[in-house]
Amino acid sequence: MAIAGLGLAVSVQALPAFAQPALPPDTMAARVEACTPCHGDKGQGTSDVYFPRLAGKPAGYLYNQLLAFRNGRRRYPPMNYLLEFLTDPYLQEMADYFAEQHPPLPPPATGNVSEDVLQHGQALVTRGDVARQIPACASCHGPALTGMEPGIPGLLGLRPNYISAQLGGWRYGTRTAKAPDCMQAVAARLTEADVTAVAAWLASRPAPVSLAPAPKGAYVLPFQCGSEPE
Amino acid sequence: MGSRSRIIVVLASLLASVAQAQEKDGAHGNNIVTRGEYLARAGDCIACHTAPDGHIFAGGRAMPTPFGTLYSSNITPDPENGIGKWTADDFYKTMHTGRFPDGGLIYPAMPFGSYTKVTRADSDAIFAYLKSIPPVDQKNRPHDLRFPYDNRQLILGWRTLFFTEGEFKPDPSKSAEWNRGAYLVEGLGHCGMCHSPINALGGTSQSDAFKGGLIPMQNWYAPSLTSNREAGLGDWSTKDITDLLQTGVSARGVVYGPMAEVVHNSLQYLTDEDARAMALYLKGIAEASSGPPPNSKLPSSESSLLLSLGKTVYDARCASCHGTRGEGKPPHWPPLAGNQSIEMQSAVNPIRMVLNGGYPPATMGNPRPYGMPPFAGQLSDNEVAAVVTYIRTSWGNRGTAVSAREANELRSAPLD
Repeated sequence: MAIAGLGLAVSVQALPAFAQPALPPDTMAARVEACTPCHGDKGQGTSDVYFPRLAGKPAGYLYNQLLAFRNGRRRYPPMNYLLEFLTDPYLQEMADYFAEQHPPLPPPATGNVSEDVLQHGQALVTRGDVARQIPACASCHGPALTGMEPGIPGLLGLRPNYISAQLGGWRYGTRTAKAPDCMQAVAARLTEADVTAVAAWLASRPAPVSLAPAPKGAYVLPFQCGSEPE
Repeated sequence: MGSRSRIIVVLASLLASVAQAQEKDGAHGNNIVTRGEYLARAGDCIACHTAPDGHIFAGGRAMPTPFGTLYSSNITPDPENGIGKWTADDFYKTMHTGRFPDGGLIYPAMPFGSYTKVTRADSDAIFAYLKSIPPVDQKNRPHDLRFPYDNRQLILGWRTLFFTEGEFKPDPSKSAEWNRGAYLVEGLGHCGMCHSPINALGGTSQSDAFKGGLIPMQNWYAPSLTSNREAGLGDWSTKDITDLLQTGVSARGVVYGPMAEVVHNSLQYLTDEDARAMALYLKGIAEASSGPPPNSKLPSSESSLLLSLGKTVYDARCASCHGTRGEGKPPHWPPLAGNQSIEMQSAVNPIRMVLNGGYPPATMGNPRPYGMPPFAGQLSDNEVAAVVTYIRTSWGNRGTAVSAREANELRSAPLD
């Protein structure tokens, strides 16, 4: 009897929480609404050119970024502030949610750069520059530039402003990644003109047949990278 | 809900409360180290003595103040840089008197005005816990204070004005539970550090205790705990208060900003008994009468324009979560109608929430919180002022109108 009585007491307390009709939806979509003014409701990006697309990027990459923002290793105060008191497992759930979204890519951006600049961008992205020890972007981000599981992001669907700002962030140290921080090493070898060209050519690419990142280990990286443990 | 699923729910609640009780055993455990860990959490030592991404309790966290930047100290048991050579006597005296073991004066960013109330037994437990954690060989960073504040002798003057040494004295006319709550709120919890107005000398007079104030440098408003027009809890149920303290969300409101940090680091670890004791004490210090509501500073023609724009913005951006009548979907989407933090005299917090959004802390009781979107990039200063004016004055709320200038000024408020 005592147990039944205890059960009743608890159920009376528990009932309002469960029986109340006016709770928010118990979904990740409702939980990540704080992300949507800047990143879009499915992580497709918004009209603000500095906020990136999140949708379909490898969950491992997104999780690394969420951790870096929360711990202050990647500096952007509005993001640092939002994530400060969230836990690892919850950030992983957020990363999984956006990795699973597949809205279409935006139409390619036809920026106001010359054909020469685009060709220079294409050369760096697809072939790199051996003389300056700059590897091709495609050697890590994949021949289709859709990234590789678990930690390497795709580069399509991002605006040139965002790509320029991030490469700048690596050069100036406001964006860092786990050691060895390969992107910092690569970005340090780029000139302003290189950055403009790479960003412009990437943004001009049409959507590939499949946006899915390559599976883990699909190709060998040219050097060690802390974000993509072997 | 069918009877079977009801039973499952009941069982799950029971299991959850058993698990929580086990996790929170620290308050009553006989092990002095476990008890010390619990008390160190109640005192939120980690908030200042651990740098972001740094080793626990190794210090080095920058604390900007109006007088310059202070850096917290290493309180790990490292013999050279930490408290490895200290005795329990040294530790108690430091907590109790605000002086280092060599007599050196401690800057009052360390809340020794509150910690002086901590009992010797609790101080010894915290010390035993700190001695049990891994030592970290990390040097203390010198403070970076402007002249004349870099002269520690000035602290003597501050102490004369604002510091009263002495352990907590229970009030025999009150219950043991009330006294426990008072001890936690006034002592270890050091709630008054933010929830009391701070004057130009960086101090608080006793008569102003818990009357609320703008937190220097952070630009969040810590509402009064004595006025029911602010965060006074006089008409809150005990459960709503303990929900807020332990989980960060409640039927009446949700914590964000600096209070989210306090819940995350400290209050979520309180036992149910301690949370209830704090709630009882906090309800008791709320003054019964709060005076008439303030009048709006804006001319009425401007106010009515703001209100009509505010309703448009609200219906488009806010109503889907907070409801057309500000009823919200508590506890996750807080109600705005009758919400003291919306109505109170300072509009700083509602403006900042509209601009920056925020997540309540992930806690054991609410591990997957819902977030408020930031609207800084979507709304103009006029629209922010309008929507904040609208929620402060609609559905029976008795707040005052907000100007576009106030909204604009908070766009540059620090986020860290």
